[in-house]
Amino acid sequence: MANNITDDLVIVLAGQAGQGIQVIENILSSLLKGTGYNFFSTSELMSRVRGGLNSTELRVSSKRSPGFLDRIDLLIPLHNDAIAHLKKRISLGEKDKVNYEGIIDIQFTGIANELGNAVFSNTVAAGLICGLLKIDERELENFIFKYFAVKNEDIRNKNLQAIKKGYFAGQALTEINISINKSIEVKTDLLLSGADAISLGAVAGGCNYVCGYPMSPSTSVLEKMSSYAEKFDIIAEQVEDEIGVVNMALGAWYAGARAMVTTSGGGFALMSEGLSLCGMIESPLIIHLAQRPGPATGLPTRTEQGDLNLALYAGHGDFPRIILAPGTLEEGFRLTQRAFNLSDKYQVPVLILTDQYYVDSIYNTPVFKTDDIRIEKYIVETDKNYKRFSLTENGISPRGIPGFGNGNVCVDSDEHDESGHITEDSDMRIKMADKRFKKFESIKKDISPATLTGSDNYTTLVICWGSTFNIVNEAVEGLGSKDIAVMHFSWIFPLQENIIEYLNKASNVIIVENNSSAQFAMLIKQTTGYSIDKKILKYNGLPFSVEEVMKEIQKFI
Amino acid sequence: MGNIFDFEEKIDIAWCPGCGDYSIRKALLEALQELNLKKEKVVLVSGIGQAAKMPQYINTSFFNGLHGRGLPPATAIKACNPELTVIAVGGDGDMYGEGGNHFLHATRRNPDITLFVHENMVYGLTKGQAAPTSRTGMKTPVQVFGVFEKPLNPIALAISLDVTFVARVFCGDIEQTKDVMKKAILHKGFALVDIFQPCVTFNKINTFKWFKDNTYYLSGDYDPSDRTGAFKKSLEEEPFPLGIIYKSDHRTTFEENISVYKNDNSPLYKREFDIKKLEAEINAKV
Repeated sequence: MANNITDDLVIVLAGQAGQGIQVIENILSSLLKGTGYNFFSTSELMSRVRGGLNSTELRVSSKRSPGFLDRIDLLIPLHNDAIAHLKKRISLGEKDKVNYEGIIDIQFTGIANELGNAVFSNTVAAGLICGLLKIDERELENFIFKYFAVKNEDIRNKNLQAIKKGYFAGQALTEINISINKSIEVKTDLLLSGADAISLGAVAGGCNYVCGYPMSPSTSVLEKMSSYAEKFDIIAEQVEDEIGVVNMALGAWYAGARAMVTTSGGGFALMSEGLSLCGMIESPLIIHLAQRPGPATGLPTRTEQGDLNLALYAGHGDFPRIILAPGTLEEGFRLTQRAFNLSDKYQVPVLILTDQYYVDSIYNTPVFKTDDIRIEKYIVETDKNYKRFSLTENGISPRGIPGFGNGNVCVDSDEHDESGHITEDSDMRIKMADKRFKKFESIKKDISPATLTGSDNYTTLVICWGSTFNIVNEAVEGLGSKDIAVMHFSWIFPLQENIIEYLNKASNVIIVENNSSAQFAMLIKQTTGYSIDKKILKYNGLPFSVEEVMKEIQKFI
Repeated sequence: MGNIFDFEEKIDIAWCPGCGDYSIRKALLEALQELNLKKEKVVLVSGIGQAAKMPQYINTSFFNGLHGRGLPPATAIKACNPELTVIAVGGDGDMYGEGGNHFLHATRRNPDITLFVHENMVYGLTKGQAAPTSRTGMKTPVQVFGVFEKPLNPIALAISLDVTFVARVFCGDIEQTKDVMKKAILHKGFALVDIFQPCVTFNKINTFKWFKDNTYYLSGDYDPSDRTGAFKKSLEEEPFPLGIIYKSDHRTTFEENISVYKNDNSPLYKREFDIKKLEAEINAKV
């Protein structure tokens, strides 16, 4: 009996690190999106360079569906342990069938060995999927030729043979019928990862200094920005530790650059004192914090939204900050771009919270528009009487930099007077503390409100933030109820104060967070007094799936 | 004519009367003036400590950051605007203790900056505990049985890291201090000047007299370009040699290795953003 898969196909590739799963992902992502299929992929990896067991989900669909699904339609195991590793997910629908009768025996390694090396088995697997999706043979050939263009002829030819052997095997399979609609508009979409979106946003924000210390899952942004160094006049430096990282970035802003650091929870913890310095010297600073499960080393290569409290409260003393957490690639690009302008305008640190799921997920999205992109620079030329911390109405002092004008630009980690020199004068201390705090009020005027999707006349409101947007949105759409809406926050702090009106309108409020203590719910309670007790939380290191969010919401309605 | 790097009005200096830091300040003010540096092109960078207050008392721009963290911002400031003369100042605890890791790695990058370390072998600001350079046996309110650790040898350490300008002076000799400071500022690449400085309040062992008795000047025929010889010289203690111990010009600087200055010398803040390049990069993702 044939299996029919219509409109939405979930393929999972599983194998050991080093078996080339990522190559399959790379080939299929460009190829499938290029031929007009909506594409989404996300990976779960073990923290090791070789061995272990990793899996990558590829989702090919008729309509845009960039969210993680639990269901597996097609599992391609490149290693014996793969089925055991993913058993729970395969067994979702048709347990017995998939485990026993459902297995179709394709000898990836056998075919690869015929070509002289088992190393090509991943390419055979990629070919199989192309065959199943009935990709045009000529299109496939051209693509593979381009993809392996930099390799020598022998490797290029072997890969081409491997993919075609897989391709014919896929075409010959009668057990599976796949029908997914292609669309022309997808062909002109962008195909990129969360890390790409953040990096392009940083470039669009005028970032010209980036530094970091390698730490999963933030490293891909450091690498991407480093690859842009020459093209976009960026100084990119790997620093000895995260303490050095944050202090360097502050030095860079002081000298007139626009600097970003990229890190994960443990590294950000080391930056706490530097963050506090940023607050004291009223410097701009962009921190990309890609979260992973803690405490301590935690689950280094996995995902969680567990560092919101750290981001909110890191750094001793009182000072304002802005926290953003994009939900889509488009938002990642726009918010990161805007972060630079906001940070420069208000002279406050801006934290961009992502996580492993966000930075490592890839999908197609319409081309980012650039016509409204402005790089707002707030640097002033100084004169002899310049005072870096002059007391002003709104708390923002014009920011000079050394070497531009005749004035001295003095910044001090000690409490200081208007000129930036140390003071222990109590009155001045109060004036300076008030001045720093005043900026908060102006920042609030710039808040981008949360997005509300689903029914306007909702009785149930599902709250989420950051990377879970696409998943929660699809889950609520899937429920098909006219009574539910999703309120997604990408501007986290300061929290928009009118949120209470949205909460009060619902009779049923549910929060979805990828952490164990509902940290965003705490922030809402702190800001509004409203307590959300229906919580959907996940903290096993994996992202939410659309199905489980649907199931959990159903329990509450 | 007055020194443009000094203040016209009288300033309130927080150092103890008789502190060696006053001599270092005098030497630095004169060095800056004699080098004819433009005031707006000089930035002093420091961490925290008595020495790290120096920028407060010089009439220039400064970045007085966190304890131990002077070198990362100093490196970045120079990297973002190579037109600036960047001088980092700190004490032995600031630069060799709390900031030890940054010291190691800043020298590896070799930014064209100068580091003056006031070495008084004690913690002054926190009132008398041991420094990384305290001599073995020194008793303090914390090291109650006496320091047992081996003192850090910054000169040997710097030469081992191939820092291309390594000098030690004693602030009791303001002329030499000033002369070496000037050469260090003019040197291309990371320059370290370790400055012996008596702490009159908390170090009753390593006094002005002790430094005088336990130092000697390098002879006129000493060759600072020989790294092996310099390393050997750096291991000499009590008496410690004074002068330029190692100097070389064989290393490239951080700024020379940054791609942004390959075809354009202008500081980053002067550059314009090219939206066309961004659009091309975005479209490459189609």
